[in-house]
Amino acid sequence: MAVSNAAPIISTRFAADDGHTLAGYEASRGYTALRKALGMGPDAVLEEVKAANLQGRGGAGFPAGAKWGFLPKDVFPRYFVVNGDESEPGTCKDRPLMEHDPHQLLEGLLISCFAVRAAQAFVYVRGEMALAQERLATALNEAYAAGYVGRDIMGSGWSIDVVLHWGAGAYIVGEETALIESLEGQRGMPRLKPPYFPAAKGLYLQPTVVNNVETLSNIPWIVLQGGAAFAALGTEKAAGTRLFALSGHVRRPGVYEVEMGTTTFRDLVEAPVYGGGIRHGNGLKAFIPGGASAPWLYPEQLDLALDASVVGPAGSMLGSGAVIVMDDTTCAVRAAWRLVKFFAHESCGKCTPCREGGAWLEKILRRIIDGHGREEDIELLLDVGDNISPGPFPHPPLDGQPGVPFPFKQTTICPLGPSTVSPIHSSILRFRDEYLIHIKEGGCRHD
Amino acid sequence: MADSEQATKETLTVTLDGKEIEAEPGELVIAAAERNGVYIPRFCYHPRMRSVGMCRMCIVEIDSGRGPALQPSCMVPVSEGMTVTTESALTKKAQDGVLEFLLINHPLDCPVCDKGGECPLQDQTLAFGPGESRFVEEKRHFEKPIAISELVYLDRERCVLCDRCTRFAKEVAGDPLISFIDRGNHTQVNTFPDDPFSSYFSGNTVQLCPVGALLARPYRFRARPWDLDQVESTCTSCAFGCRVALQSSANRLVRKLGVDVDPVNWGWLCDKGRFDFEATNSDDRLGGPLVRSRAPGAAGDGAGELAPGTWSEAWDRVVEGIARARLRPGRESIAVLGGARLTNEDAYAWSKLARSVLGTDSVDAQLGDGLPAEVVVGLPRASIDAACGADTVLLLAPDVKEELPVLYLRLRQAVVERGLQVVEVSPVATAMTPYTAVSLRYRPGEAASVVRAVLSGDQATGTDGPADERRRAGELLRAGSLVCVLGRPSLAESAQPVAAAAASVLDALPEVTFLSALRRANVHGALDMGLAPGVLPGRVSLEEGRRWFADAWGSLPSGPGLDAHGILTGAAEGRVACLVLLGADPLADFPDRSLARRALAGAGFVLAVDGFLTASARRADVVLPAAVYGEKGGTTTNLEGRVSRLHQKITPPGTARTDWMIAAELAWRLGGDLGFTSEDEVWDEIERLAPSHHGLTRARLASAEGFDGLLAGGVPEAGDRDAPPTMSQADSPGVLGAMRHTKDDSLATTGMGHDRHPDPQSGSEPAGAPPGLAAAEGAASAGGSGYADGGTPQEVRGDGDAVQASVATETDQGGSDAFRPSGGGADHGSAQRPSPLRWSGGGATAPTPPPLDRYSLRLVSARKLYDDGTLVQRSPSLAPLAPGPRIRLNPGDLSPLGVGTGTKLQVTSGQGRVVLVAVADAGVPQGSALVTFNQPGPGAADLIDSDGAVTEVRIETLGGAGGATS
Repeated sequence: MAVSNAAPIISTRFAADDGHTLAGYEASRGYTALRKALGMGPDAVLEEVKAANLQGRGGAGFPAGAKWGFLPKDVFPRYFVVNGDESEPGTCKDRPLMEHDPHQLLEGLLISCFAVRAAQAFVYVRGEMALAQERLATALNEAYAAGYVGRDIMGSGWSIDVVLHWGAGAYIVGEETALIESLEGQRGMPRLKPPYFPAAKGLYLQPTVVNNVETLSNIPWIVLQGGAAFAALGTEKAAGTRLFALSGHVRRPGVYEVEMGTTTFRDLVEAPVYGGGIRHGNGLKAFIPGGASAPWLYPEQLDLALDASVVGPAGSMLGSGAVIVMDDTTCAVRAAWRLVKFFAHESCGKCTPCREGGAWLEKILRRIIDGHGREEDIELLLDVGDNISPGPFPHPPLDGQPGVPFPFKQTTICPLGPSTVSPIHSSILRFRDEYLIHIKEGGCRHD
Repeated sequence: MADSEQATKETLTVTLDGKEIEAEPGELVIAAAERNGVYIPRFCYHPRMRSVGMCRMCIVEIDSGRGPALQPSCMVPVSEGMTVTTESALTKKAQDGVLEFLLINHPLDCPVCDKGGECPLQDQTLAFGPGESRFVEEKRHFEKPIAISELVYLDRERCVLCDRCTRFAKEVAGDPLISFIDRGNHTQVNTFPDDPFSSYFSGNTVQLCPVGALLARPYRFRARPWDLDQVESTCTSCAFGCRVALQSSANRLVRKLGVDVDPVNWGWLCDKGRFDFEATNSDDRLGGPLVRSRAPGAAGDGAGELAPGTWSEAWDRVVEGIARARLRPGRESIAVLGGARLTNEDAYAWSKLARSVLGTDSVDAQLGDGLPAEVVVGLPRASIDAACGADTVLLLAPDVKEELPVLYLRLRQAVVERGLQVVEVSPVATAMTPYTAVSLRYRPGEAASVVRAVLSGDQATGTDGPADERRRAGELLRAGSLVCVLGRPSLAESAQPVAAAAASVLDALPEVTFLSALRRANVHGALDMGLAPGVLPGRVSLEEGRRWFADAWGSLPSGPGLDAHGILTGAAEGRVACLVLLGADPLADFPDRSLARRALAGAGFVLAVDGFLTASARRADVVLPAAVYGEKGGTTTNLEGRVSRLHQKITPPGTARTDWMIAAELAWRLGGDLGFTSEDEVWDEIERLAPSHHGLTRARLASAEGFDGLLAGGVPEAGDRDAPPTMSQADSPGVLGAMRHTKDDSLATTGMGHDRHPDPQSGSEPAGAPPGLAAAEGAASAGGSGYADGGTPQEVRGDGDAVQASVATETDQGGSDAFRPSGGGADHGSAQRPSPLRWSGGGATAPTPPPLDRYSLRLVSARKLYDDGTLVQRSPSLAPLAPGPRIRLNPGDLSPLGVGTGTKLQVTSGQGRVVLVAVADAGVPQGSALVTFNQPGPGAADLIDSDGAVTEVRIETLGGAGGATS
């Protein structure tokens, strides 16, 4: 595999100084896709999106066209919600889309609302993203003033309003049903499933589409270039391009738009146009392929393709497109603790295993790091994890043994609980000796 | 569950732990399993609330066709062919894990925890949990406990965050005053800052709590559950009739818990009902008779002080007082006021005593604060379920949240969950107003004209409501099944306009049925037992029932007596020679305190039978100590006419005894014999004689069928209810398991079996002693001509001949003067069981209110849940909650005075003048003024003129500058 020559689709204005302004956006074919879509009619737009095989870019990877198709017929009003609550550690690809290209998001949103006949749209932006909020608000005002949003858009007779909503700082609100709760003014806690999809009962218990920022940013291009052109990029199961947020111990951390399916983790980490290799010439210890909640992968998985259908069977997930690289100077125990601390802190507290188990795991890890570990703590960590995520936990093949494919099972309501288990399971699986050193010596070889 | 309302009710087949079971469509796995004998552990699930699936305790392996997966059984409805495995290794490990998680931060301070011993966390840990703890870290700490209201403490360390209390507050009570705050492992339940959990229903959260996190102030540290003994009973704090478990320790009541019965309270109680058992334990209880000493040289009564006396002294004085009264002519020479706090058996005994021995029909269980008895008894009836299941409810009643709190919960639930349409016609906004489809205001005195305008669609009638609202109300009343909830919206206006309004509804919509909203305890039972003028036991009129009851009782008064207003007026004018106060405190409860005061002063001889020395009892000549709630068995009747059982849990203090025993002994001392020697015999006689209660046998009441209570008067149970939810101890911790599951009579009679005799501590002979003994003691008794001949008490013959003489007296002539022993089991000869009284509006002409006076406001007066009444004020936990008297005025009436909320105003009516704190309240229409009734201190009763159709008041600032309003 090699680095693709495909032109970027959604990051074209990242470098432009005025990409976030209406003038800058219009200068580069902005809002022409909306005009085209209004001429095509909702059903034709829906068909193009289905043809594009555009997978959701939020983490679950569900095809956007199919998601829209879940809306029950003849139930109105329907709502459209943009999930801009990007909070997963390592994930920072929606933020530049909102900061540098807010009109692209709005145009994609408007086209999508038109396609699914939504009555109103809501954009939920993470509370900490001040610049994204400012740019989106400015862009929305400009779009209203220019007649792209509001009543009788571009003379088409179609009208819609877009409401901006800022989050209050809870990671769990990235989970779509928690986001809907928060949007309604409730505590941001996930809803019970079933119903499994907000398409049936979402915002205000009406049919609702929740799409990720990046997903929607692709829509204008798909309308202009056609779904087939999008589907032609990447592979059959991983169409188009995708933003990857590369962080950790690489020379050039950053957000890169790469062609799906044909690019590998090795390309992303080592290619000079992307990560440029591990810092200081160090060796690779492990990497997290899809955001902090994904089970870790190790150097022997570097040649896996950036394709959810490849990474899942290999024991992890492509998730939110955040690749976190750990070099061989990393203490696996402390790395796991830091990740667990995040998830324990961000547990919403609704269901018992996550609320109690996450905090317990964090305390055990902290105790081990503080030099008060016991050998039985390793089994305890695994068993407590098993009570949150029962059964074999996803992991790549190891020592000749077959791996366990994604997804994990859970005793919890949402996947946040098992996310807490991921770093522990992954670190013990491969680096049990480091735990033993902490326990026996009260310290660490990586200091 | 909406899902359960599928059109086709076929059953599904589910495989549960290898066995095929039948389940209802829409039924949750956890409920279907429990119905089939498999208990799945749970904390957050509660059959009366929405499932939230939060605690994860009930996860089991469920295979709906896509392979087995761990799923919360409280969230998953059964489906055809589903396989449920509750005992697999995977399930067991997951349940173990959840219990371990719940325990790691639990303080395990079980030895000092109220819940210890009846704790679902303890029990389920024993049954399903891990055997040992692996948690060596520091536990989570919170300040323990914090008071979240006057009645409830919260210990957040013990909390397992099951969302039961918070869900209850939001979903069931509609008081979302407690909520989760903070996040993750620091999540806690708490109130909003400076906003306590002051809900009338807060005690339910204590009962719902599956651990000891929520603690009731009146119960905390008072008992260990294994020391508690309980009986099933019925709450009589209001007339709703919630079923309860009454628990005691060391012969003191310590706790009342709601029991879930489908037709009534669904397990809920209001805080007044839950905690006012404290009054039973009060040091103020009367443990012996009080007799007013005779002032030296004075011939009459009432000159000296009330002092403790013996029962013999007391009886002598009572017999003397009654004998003297019998010498006075007139239907009101002897009158009996009260009885709504008694059991049915007590009320029947007094009703029989009054009619057949005392010879008076001037009996009234209501104190001028309800509706005419013939209206309550004679309207076609609806059950609570019928009201909640109707298409429309017409609410012509006071604020049900204040007076009948659990009826409020039921109606609110019906509105929120199933779309009941409520049309309210009320003088002021109430707690139900936000849940109504239409809420119309009327000016005091004009209820009937507003209702008629709604029914007729006539927009020209002089009412204030917007025309389209009246039209909408009229449409709703005709839209489908209609139940009218009928009470006395305001004590400051005559009951007649409300009765007239009810008559109009019945006239226009003959299919309507009525649910009474009278509030006081067993007032409906007392009316059913004939404690009302012109009404005999079994809801028959005096005339209709004359033959039947004369056959059984021997004699009846010749004509209808007086109601409470008439009795008090007569007493004030000196025409009542003997006034019996049967647990009645007219100084507190009669709307017109001035009249009550004059009546007590003007009555000849006053006998009070009460558990407490109330303000009115203080003015009596003799006070006889009565057993109160928890100290006696029998039955009570709720507002829909449902008869359910009471049971004795503790013994009364001193020599206090039940009211029916006092009635029986009084009869015997007067030479008569009521003919029963136990409350069971009283009930047997009621069942035999009272037409509306025919068939409600003791055996049925004691059966599983009778556990929910039985509707008297042939009122149908509202059918088509969903199957009652299956409750278990984790759903209602504290209610000792066997009661709910088996409805077992043997448990129900733990406190006092039917076979027991009166309390051996009472120190008096059983009520059923032979009459000869009474004669030997010289108890005064009067013969058929004894009243009219003007003899002095000394001349009244005290021998058994009087009994013989009266037998010959014809019942339909001079009936009020005749009495004879009934013999109890008399054969009724040829008399037909009388037909029940039907009221359709006769005599319900509303008095005309005076013309509007722009300088006056029309007074509205209604009660609050916590008031100056005996039960609240003798319950230390509740007494401070009485809000105190206030005058609530529309801001448009208050601001012209240049004052606002908190200002003291002088309020003047024709009856009196009081100073009250003003509150601006947009729920009070302009031109009206709302003064809460019976709060500590001067208040509405000092203003209300019970002779008038309405009461008008003027308000002035204390500076004297202001005056006019409007």
